[in-house]
Amino acid sequence: MKFVDEFRDPVLARSLLREIEALAAEVSAARGRPISIMEICGGHTHAIFRFGIEGMLPPSIELIHGPGCPVCVLPMGRVDDCIALAEMPGVTLATFGDALRVPGARGSLMEAKARGLDVRTVYSPMDALAMARAEPERIVVFFGLGFETTMPSTALTVLQAERDGIRNFALFCNHITIIPTIQALLDEPDLRIDGFLGPGHVSMVIGTEPYRFVAERYARPLVVSGFEPLDVLQSLWMVLKQMREGRAEIENQYARVARDAGSRAAQDAVGRVFELREFFEWRGLGSIPHSGVRLREAFAAWDAEKRFLLPNLRVADPEACQCGDVLTGRIRPRDCRVFGTACTPATPLGALMVSSEGSCAAYHRYGALAREPASA
Amino acid sequence: MNRPRQPNTTITLAHGGGGGAMKALIDDVFLGAFDGDGAREDAACTPLAELAARGDRLAFTSDSYVVTPLVFPGGDIGRLAVCGTVNDLATAGAVPLQLSCSVILEEGLEIALLRRIAQSMASAAREAGVRIVTGDTKVVPHGACDRIFVNTAGVGVVRKGVALSVAACRPGDAVLVSGPLGDHGAAILAARGDLALETTLQSDCAPLDGLVAALLDAVPGTRFIRDATRGGLATVLNEAAEASRIGIAVTETAIPVRDEVRGVCEILGLDPLYLANEGRMVVVVPPDRAEAALAALRAHPLGQEAAIIGACAAERPGRVVMDTAFGGRRIVDMLTGEQLPRIC
Repeated sequence: MKFVDEFRDPVLARSLLREIEALAAEVSAARGRPISIMEICGGHTHAIFRFGIEGMLPPSIELIHGPGCPVCVLPMGRVDDCIALAEMPGVTLATFGDALRVPGARGSLMEAKARGLDVRTVYSPMDALAMARAEPERIVVFFGLGFETTMPSTALTVLQAERDGIRNFALFCNHITIIPTIQALLDEPDLRIDGFLGPGHVSMVIGTEPYRFVAERYARPLVVSGFEPLDVLQSLWMVLKQMREGRAEIENQYARVARDAGSRAAQDAVGRVFELREFFEWRGLGSIPHSGVRLREAFAAWDAEKRFLLPNLRVADPEACQCGDVLTGRIRPRDCRVFGTACTPATPLGALMVSSEGSCAAYHRYGALAREPASA
Repeated sequence: MNRPRQPNTTITLAHGGGGGAMKALIDDVFLGAFDGDGAREDAACTPLAELAARGDRLAFTSDSYVVTPLVFPGGDIGRLAVCGTVNDLATAGAVPLQLSCSVILEEGLEIALLRRIAQSMASAAREAGVRIVTGDTKVVPHGACDRIFVNTAGVGVVRKGVALSVAACRPGDAVLVSGPLGDHGAAILAARGDLALETTLQSDCAPLDGLVAALLDAVPGTRFIRDATRGGLATVLNEAAEASRIGIAVTETAIPVRDEVRGVCEILGLDPLYLANEGRMVVVVPPDRAEAALAALRAHPLGQEAAIIGACAAERPGRVVMDTAFGGRRIVDMLTGEQLPRIC
């Protein structure tokens, strides 16, 4: 298939892998330990497992699967708020498909839908706005979530609602921003991450500048990476090459999509509509300053948190969960005490088991073979 | 909400009342299409000797069909309801003989659409060489069902000597598929229209009894056949690996998937291995019969694109692994729920 297979060429992969192996051997020998590289974004985690990349890498490289799965890090209390919204008379709750399975303290939205609440799947926030336009007797609340990747489309939808004066549409905003969380990870006292693969689609919006502190203050290389398997291998190679040359820089492997300046139009829309929250709660990581956004006061008429009285209760993560330790690279998913027993993709206890992008779900689904080479 | 309709063009509760309206509907729509001679009796009766002449075991199955949209490229709910039940019989090694047809209709359903569905059931039944011999019609109020639900039960006879089982696969056995995977699932997704995807994809919906017969003629020692319906190839392979206590290893580059299906999957973040098929089957045969099985499948019009995709192994019992086209290897697990499009 054109424009896809070029990025999945096994011959190119083999030659890249040979270079990666040589570089990793050199760098890990110099450091006297394996090199840990975190892919921040869930999209990368998904690609790594789907294409079996981890098993292709030499043992001197350890991949740590980061917190960049918006569904995984959604706190339980916010799911409960969604259910409370859907229980209000006349309210239709619209959201993305993979948000439906996230468990809250009162179950998931899928279960709420089965109980008869009006919960609908959309592929874009604009679909939710169209729903509001078509059904003026309903109040359509869009449960918006995701990083800077999905933020612009939500922002444009709110602007459209304002322009068209559609009042029976509201946003329950759970958008989060990745930068403060990367910083929080880097501030962990026992950090064992030597370098990063940076998120590609987030960078398409925000550009590469916001990551500069990773290199300058924390001396870690970060390479913004695409999502095809050759992208991932090339980015790993770029990170290792920096390490061998003693550099720590922000590089962009995904320049065919993400420009260094990002997208001005997207940034403008996001800036007009959203402002930073003081704190936002991340499942598995706790409260992180300035890591979430909310609608600006000017858009209060479309803000579900202002229009409706929500329970807004904080629900503690289950105690047995070690999601935080997995997210920070302290333990591997299979080392968690409930992995595959109390916590499985069918009955997720922890955040990371919920979405196919969550590292535990990915391990459970694809990963028992990590490090086992293909026969071909 | 409900626009008034002419009573003779839409289903009303009267059509389920047991009286003249119901009889007229059944005579007109169903008996007209099905030419089922015994269908006016409450139960179809078949001489046992007629069955016994064809084999030594009776196969009996039932399936219900709900699908949106009712009519899709390559088929409709009627064709699906016949093919699905015929295929459940055929892949059990049975020659399908008779079907029942029960429908639950929502009031307001267009009779023209119902007629189209009945006619397409009849034509699929002719294709499969089965007769629709009994049935039932119920009408429920608006909102109590989604336009039409169809249930078909089927009986067939298993040929003497044929013993297919999900638990019969042995290490070394070859694994085949009868054609490209995911056409039905992708065609349905595209036909729903809410994704604004335009494709020329057609459902693969087809009766597989002829293909199974051709295979069993060539390779009577076939271990296992299953049509890869909901849950797709991945689910069938996992069921076989678990029941037979073997591992299965497949090669991604050997698995036929059309570019259009791959395209739909790439856009939506879905995996073609889990997409539904309604006219494709997975076949496991002893290693020395792999080429014979492949030749037999390819010689049939429904198996022209059949392929050997992998093998059973003693290692990793219960697990399915795939060597990816990229050169890696991964587990192919059972799906937890339905596949949901990813948000980014």
